[in-house]
Amino acid sequence: MTKEFKQSILDALANPNLSGALGNFSVAYRAGRAKAYEGIDFEALRTQIADVKGSAASHLDELAEQFARAAEAQGTKVFRTSDPNAVKDYILRLAQERGVKSIVKSKSMATEEIHLNKHLEKAGIDVQETDLGEWIIQLAGQTPSHMVMPAIHMTKEEVTEVFNDKVEEGQKPDIPKLVKFARGKLRSKFLAADMGISGANIAVAETGSIVIVTNEGNARLVTTLPRIHVAVVGLEKLIERFQDIAPILTALPKSATAQLLTSYVSIISGPVPNTDGTPKELHIILMDNRRNEMAHDPQFKQALQCIRCASCLNVCPVFRLVGGHVFGKVYTGGIGTILTAWFGALKESEDIQSLCIQCGNCKDVCPGKIDIPDLILELRRRLAVEQGQPKIQKAIFSVVNNRRLFHTMMRAASIGQIPFAKDGFIRHLPMFLSNLTENRSLPAIAEVPFRDRIKKIKQPKCAEKAAFYGGCLVDFAYPEMGEAVVNVLNKAGIEVIFPEGQTCCGAPARYSGAYEVAAQNGADNIKALLAEDVKYVVSACPTCTVALKQDFIANLEAVGRTDELPDARRLSEKVVDFSTLASQLLDQGRLKFKPRIEPTKFTYHDSCHFKRTLHADQTPRKLMKQAGYELVEMDECDMCCGMGGSYTLKMPEISAPILERKLVNIEKTGVPLVLIDCPGCVMQIGGGLDKRGSKVKVEHTVQRLAECLE
Amino acid sequence: MNATIESSAIIESFKMRAEAVSAQVQQVANKELAIELIVRLLHQEGVSDKPHCGAVWALSPMIGDAEKAKLQGAVPGLTFAVTRELAADAKVGISQMDWALANTGTLVQTADEVDKRLVSTLPLLHIAIVSTAALLPDLPAVLTRVDPRKSAYLSFITGPSRTADIERVLTIGVHGPERLIIVMVDELEVSA
Repeated sequence: MTKEFKQSILDALANPNLSGALGNFSVAYRAGRAKAYEGIDFEALRTQIADVKGSAASHLDELAEQFARAAEAQGTKVFRTSDPNAVKDYILRLAQERGVKSIVKSKSMATEEIHLNKHLEKAGIDVQETDLGEWIIQLAGQTPSHMVMPAIHMTKEEVTEVFNDKVEEGQKPDIPKLVKFARGKLRSKFLAADMGISGANIAVAETGSIVIVTNEGNARLVTTLPRIHVAVVGLEKLIERFQDIAPILTALPKSATAQLLTSYVSIISGPVPNTDGTPKELHIILMDNRRNEMAHDPQFKQALQCIRCASCLNVCPVFRLVGGHVFGKVYTGGIGTILTAWFGALKESEDIQSLCIQCGNCKDVCPGKIDIPDLILELRRRLAVEQGQPKIQKAIFSVVNNRRLFHTMMRAASIGQIPFAKDGFIRHLPMFLSNLTENRSLPAIAEVPFRDRIKKIKQPKCAEKAAFYGGCLVDFAYPEMGEAVVNVLNKAGIEVIFPEGQTCCGAPARYSGAYEVAAQNGADNIKALLAEDVKYVVSACPTCTVALKQDFIANLEAVGRTDELPDARRLSEKVVDFSTLASQLLDQGRLKFKPRIEPTKFTYHDSCHFKRTLHADQTPRKLMKQAGYELVEMDECDMCCGMGGSYTLKMPEISAPILERKLVNIEKTGVPLVLIDCPGCVMQIGGGLDKRGSKVKVEHTVQRLAECLE
Repeated sequence: MNATIESSAIIESFKMRAEAVSAQVQQVANKELAIELIVRLLHQEGVSDKPHCGAVWALSPMIGDAEKAKLQGAVPGLTFAVTRELAADAKVGISQMDWALANTGTLVQTADEVDKRLVSTLPLLHIAIVSTAALLPDLPAVLTRVDPRKSAYLSFITGPSRTADIERVLTIGVHGPERLIIVMVDELEVSA
């Protein structure tokens, strides 16, 4: 990580305006978005969008050709190019040939992407952004921090200062007055401009139409008042049929600003008369800039399904702390990380991809159905392949994979036998057991790991067997969770075995982009867990469960070890998380609750993988209610706790405030107990509460459930 | 009977959605009453032939020569010969829309003629006339009714112009109108 990057994070975190504005917005957005989608089947809608855009991405060239034919038949001039410089030259030449002195622009990310304004201004042309947010940042000499709300990082006082400095003295920090002032100043620019430049939100191949969405009405003026209109359109905006506008236009305003529809939508399908009766000159530039290459990349093709709503920014726990500028100059947030890697260079995304905590919030709300976290992991993998795996990382993985050695080291570290040095070996451990954090207490590393403790548990001999997959946290830090699993399953008549050959689930390697290591972890575990014939392979850690169920297959596929896939799939079918299995056993009548006299209140924290990958979030809630517990939901119960595996170590500055917010939300419920299905979250939240001296107890669901069963 | 219930539900939905985005909706029985209402509104707004007090009306089929003369007699400062200068200077713009969408409170207009866009964008108040019979349920319904090869500029208007670009504070009236009054007319031929 570069020093400048780290500094930009620290600067952003230290900016109270930023975190205040974005923090409030993220709360309002969540509620507003839910209301906007009321009565709409979001899954069906986004499947429709993904189909429309996905199919377009498979035929970009044909659609561009079709678009050009249809638009030209209506009298539009269409220019197609893969080169951003050619776009800039085309517009400049056109402006010079037509004697254009001033240009008004409505918001266009494609022109931001190629830095068009600078090019035109250098040639002496006056270029005016007219979207209020864009105008403010243009005056301030800044870049957009958000795709939909470019100036969200600025306060009204800062805006006032910019207006006073750059436009006219005497403005006061009164928002309606500032807006009126902007209206007046920009109105004369609109009326005087010779050329209007816009982007487009959708381009329809069969009719040669472009769709432009705004709230302010500036795009209507940009496309109406000047005699020339130039639209710069990225190829990913193409769709085939006119009717397919509907699903995109239905989702875009709801996802972007929680509106049912923006104030204005213009669908332009050809030149129309100017105010003096002459026909308007309409130019549409279809810009490739690596979009075709993206379409041919089997992993990244889905990124072309983006409709640029920026909802991935609005729900991101990291974005709401650091804002957009940390991500770069054009595209920001989750999808921005991916677009920057493509429209810029892979190397440019090296730092920003590390901002992603892999919570999966963005994947849940994406109207284009893009698996953004997975694509960011793929960037990480490609960066690791390109740059090779650092020596220290290799050394670490060899320790992590040797379970006994790893436990011995962690144990020695936890009782202070190995001094910690910030830049020493331990800092680079892709593990989360080190002491290096100021914001939470750490669990002691158990003297005897679970793999040895289970040998001492007297289990009944049963016909049905389950293999328990411990994972490092249960094995080394929370063996009592493992014991509780054995206790519950024994009650249901299931004997639990602990295959000795099991090793790291490979998540640390996978999330660092070291797929070869991760694949080998998978192969070792598959062998160990399939050695004995068991009915279930059960884990109490959602990240491990996801690894066993899904990632082993994906990792082996990624490195071409296809021969091992059948076994990986066989394992996958047996894998189940603890709460889901317990719920099945209860339904089958194999487990029974004790009668409960005094109801205890609890709140539940949704772990990222547990909710958004395993979709098991309602199961533990239901179990505990059946047990007689009363659930009090906390605010943002499904927001990440800031753990993110080794994220706490790599980005402690960001992880800490995410945790802080979680702790406040827990304490606000006033209940004495938090239940969680992930030992990582238990460690993060438990450590955080402990450090604050809080009396709230944190437990894994299995621990509490074990007490409630007969 | 059912058709009536359905149509009153769709009207109520449209009104509710339009008002939710700060538009005002007034429903009248016929063209004559609509014109009366608009004249009253223009007087209330202080439209006159003084500078910056004009009103611009983009011609539509509902206004014949007779209505034109009557209206201009009743409201000095009202013009049907729309130019960009007059529209930019006017207080009020009036135009007739082709459809309305019930589930979003949206007005839709084929707006190839530039007057239609000038009067609905430049003045601070836009009065939009729409036939009650032109109410459609939603966006897909209108997309099947327009042919983009014949209508090169299709406008959708949902409430007045708005922004939340400064501190996310919703502010009405940026580059377009800060008020939108929708006049729904029951007995009015559907124009498109």
